[in-house]
Amino acid sequence: MSIAQSAPVARDAGVRRPVWPLVRSVLLPLAGPIAFLAVWQAICMAHVVRPVLLPTPFATFSFMFDALLHGTMLEDAFVTLSRVLFAFAIGAVLGIPLGVIFGSNERLYRSVEFLIDFFRSTPASALIPLFILFFGISDFNKVAIAGFGVFSVVVFNSAYGVMNARKSRILAAKVMGASQLQIFRDVMFFESLPQTMVGLRTGISTALVVVVVAEMFIGSDQGLGHRIIEGEQVLQITDMYASIIVAGLIGYALNMLFMIADKRLIHWSGH
Amino acid sequence: MTALADRSAATDVPFITVRGLGKSFGKQLIYDGFDLDIPRGTFTTVFGPNGCGKSTLINLMSGLIPFDAGTVEIGGKDFRSATIGYVFQNYRDSLFPWLRALENIEYPLKVRGVPRAAQRERVERLLAAFEITLDLKRRTYELSGGQQQLVAILRALIAEPDVLFLDEPFSALDYEMTLYMRDKLQTVFMETGLTTVLVSHDLEEAVYLADRILLLSKRPTRVVEVIPFDLARPRTVEIVGDPQFVATKQHALHLFREEMRR
Repeated sequence: MSIAQSAPVARDAGVRRPVWPLVRSVLLPLAGPIAFLAVWQAICMAHVVRPVLLPTPFATFSFMFDALLHGTMLEDAFVTLSRVLFAFAIGAVLGIPLGVIFGSNERLYRSVEFLIDFFRSTPASALIPLFILFFGISDFNKVAIAGFGVFSVVVFNSAYGVMNARKSRILAAKVMGASQLQIFRDVMFFESLPQTMVGLRTGISTALVVVVVAEMFIGSDQGLGHRIIEGEQVLQITDMYASIIVAGLIGYALNMLFMIADKRLIHWSGH
Repeated sequence: MTALADRSAATDVPFITVRGLGKSFGKQLIYDGFDLDIPRGTFTTVFGPNGCGKSTLINLMSGLIPFDAGTVEIGGKDFRSATIGYVFQNYRDSLFPWLRALENIEYPLKVRGVPRAAQRERVERLLAAFEITLDLKRRTYELSGGQQQLVAILRALIAEPDVLFLDEPFSALDYEMTLYMRDKLQTVFMETGLTTVLVSHDLEEAVYLADRILLLSKRPTRVVEVIPFDLARPRTVEIVGDPQFVATKQHALHLFREEMRR
């Protein structure tokens, strides 16, 4: 309402009112979510969808807060998040050094290029049955699959970053008398960092996707994926929606975290 | 006076010696049996037609790109064991943006394992010597183009190199900054007496800075002429009206156009 009222005033005055920056920075980003909730509420009120399939936004969010504060939702979220982080750590710790080694040796990279491209193009979720065969339906299994997904994107991006390090800076270090090791540590590493960060960011998203899917299909009794599929099967639909939202919030938070880290760590990119 | 006399006496001794240099890129022959002597403590500028291998010449002499045949000696030893200061045309792609300006300048010392305190001290001395005021705490990309190239020059000087190579160092700067940087570079040269080789695509700049202008031919590259220019330093912008400057520039231009016509 306040938007509709303030707009004509600003036009009358003929100048940009100081309220506009506030509108732009706070209200504008909120417009989408508010519209989304409004449509959701409207669908519920119009009885287009049966209430048993779609609870109101209010019911969903109040269930979510209640389940987080008094129920087991927080625990499930924590289990999912820790699996994601564990998988991410495994993928990154193995993927970065290996990627850097591949990237710094063109011949080595050419010989494994197909494998890397193949596995990073294969959906990690397609490997779930295979992993079940090898690791059973253990807890580690979920982490292992997601870790593999992270690994394949991280290896590729780190290798790519090293291979495409700007030659001019390497030459500059060389003419200053830097040894091969120094060039590697002081130049190539930093040159490849932006691309490595791209790999890590893609990796954390992949990890969340794979962990949630794995929790749905590899017999588990905890985690958001488990909670979502169980909500659907026993018709605790409100729980299902609330769990989806929590999973989404985790993904959003992780993304934000990586964007901030990226800006801080790679302050020079874009200059 | 004595220092100047010493330098002119030393001028006759070749410091950089190139013999039988050969280099081709694919089928394109750039250098074939190329010989060159550059005396100690002189400022040599390299000028010639586009694509004649001006930059390639200093890249070969500094070991940035390998050559196919011949030898390059600096100060009587193989060029690989000489300390080389090199300033790239593109400062943006040659400085390290993840380091601060100060750390960039110190890097050649860090590579040599000079202790931190001594690194800092040498940078201070260098800045004082050339009356340079720069906020060295800043990131390189926060500095202006001229300041960045100044950082690159200081980085090239910090390890007290045997020779200083510059590849069209001012071509990306505006005219005002170019004039300022030429003067700074002249000051550096006068203070240090460092054997300097600068590649230029600007004949006025080439004459302005030079003791000797090395005029190169089209490919395969030979030396057309080494034109001496011994007007007293410090030279200022006014010298562009000096008869000796005008005559030297005209002579160089004449040779250049002859070469283009071939």
